Amino acid sequence: MVQIENLGRILEEHPFAQGLDPQLKELMVGCAANERFDAGQYLFREGQDAKKFYLIRSGSVAVEIYSAGRPPIVVESLHDGDVLGWSWLMPPNKWTFDARAVTLTRALSFDATCLTRKMESDHALGYEVLRRFVPVMAHRLHAARMQMLDLYGPAKKGK
Amino acid sequence: MGALPMDPMQPRPFRIEKVRKELADTFTLELVPEEGGEFRFAAGQFNMLYVMGVGEVPISISGDPGDGARLIHTTRAVGAVTAAMGNLKVGEALGVRGPYGNPWPVEAAYGSDLVIMAGGVGLAPLRPAIYQALANRERFGKLVILYGARSPSEILYPKELEKWRGRFDTEVQVTVDRAAEHWSGNVGVVTKLVKRASFDPLHTVAFVCGPEIMMRYGVQTLTGAGIDPSNIFVSMERNMKCGVGFCGHCQWGTNFVCKDGPVFPFDQIADIFSIREL
Ligand SMILES: Cc1cc2nc3c(=O)[nH]c(=O)nc-3n(C[C@H](O)[C@H](O)[C@H](O)COP(=O)(O)OP(=O)(O)OC[C@H]3O[C@@H](n4cnc5c(N)ncnc54)[C@H](O)[C@@H]3O)c2cc1C
Ligand code: FES
Repeated sequence: MVQIENLGRILEEHPFAQGLDPQLKELMVGCAANERFDAGQYLFREGQDAKKFYLIRSGSVAVEIYSAGRPPIVVESLHDGDVLGWSWLMPPNKWTFDARAVTLTRALSFDATCLTRKMESDHALGYEVLRRFVPVMAHRLHAARMQMLDLYGPAKKGK
Repeated sequence: MGALPMDPMQPRPFRIEKVRKELADTFTLELVPEEGGEFRFAAGQFNMLYVMGVGEVPISISGDPGDGARLIHTTRAVGAVTAAMGNLKVGEALGVRGPYGNPWPVEAAYGSDLVIMAGGVGLAPLRPAIYQALANRERFGKLVILYGARSPSEILYPKELEKWRGRFDTEVQVTVDRAAEHWSGNVGVVTKLVKRASFDPLHTVAFVCGPEIMMRYGVQTLTGAGIDPSNIFVSMERNMKCGVGFCGHCQWGTNFVCKDGPVFPFDQIADIFSIREL
């Protein structure tokens, strides 16, 4: 009980839960766990089943892409207040990148099977969770586009 | 500057005292006037630098406005003139006309929080404003420097960024687009840093410099964070010839970038900023 109360408080403090109805918060907390990762530890690896997502409470996590024969490339870093992972939401439910704790990281993790079941039976919860994931995905897409645009390279003439 | 030459189109001879390679394609020249004297300028102003027999290009001054003894320019070699400039050696001569243009309004920002956002070589034209802000640190609220580069090896002035970050009164955040595993800093575009920076948007002045596309997204993010467009300043680049408002080469909408800019308050140029053809 104390554990659940604690998780509820932790969830409340995270921007993800801002404005979320207390009842729906409670439903989410039922699927949550408190996790801790030491610097260098992987939260997950590309190709593994995406069974969770994470709300980062403190620390920083590097999102890495690995291609055979080359060292991994970090494409994004996430920090407290950020959300990590949406592969759990859609098939084939596999992680498409590695996530590595750069510093000691604390996060709330949510069990995807547990949460998906609740989201399916309670559409208000389903809507609220998805509504909070859309901006996360949109931001990532926007950032990827900007990275592709090469924001800092010399401009082309014709100015 | 000591005294402008009688003819504003006539370059003054300067001697290269030091050359520093900053990045693979970027170098810094320290110049002293052949005829002696000091060079006074305001942060954000530029000079027309003439490479003998090759041509003349506008380059922002990247040194300390409080130090008139040496004139400092950081340049990325992108074409004929800048590449030739990069091949110059200590002791060789360079023609200098200037300083020209509107500066960053550092003093007008006294009393406010100051956010400085730079991308790539865009940190060079902002460095004089950073020096001036640090020299007058007590006159500002928060001082935040947000800098983005393509990769860790393309970070300009890394030692200085580290030094500024070491101060207790300045927030410095650096990010790169991508990095190898051993990089423990931020990865992501520079605009992502705004969310984590601490400033009061209602009392903040922001200076933004970098390639135009980076400034576009930078301004969007800063206004999105609540900073008024009239308090956001950007430094524009257009091809120049005279540098003093005579030839019309740098015309941009109804502005001449050389004399109405290069630093503009964003609200003054918002209408034309997004027009692709200009
Ligand atoms: C007010 C002002 C301040 C500037 N400050 C600096 C500075 O501090 N440091 C610095 O390195 N450069 C600065 N520039 C840009 C610099 O003037 C140009 O890179 C230079 O004129 C290119 O001349 P070039 O003969 O070497 O290249 P060109 O032969 O004229 O051009 C070669 C290629 O360079 C690229 N290029 C040309 N002009 C620019 C430009 N303005 N920006 C980016 N790429 C360009 C184009 O892709 C072009 O095809 C500034 C420009 C202005 C207007
Ligand atoms: S460069 Fe001649 S008017 Fe601006």
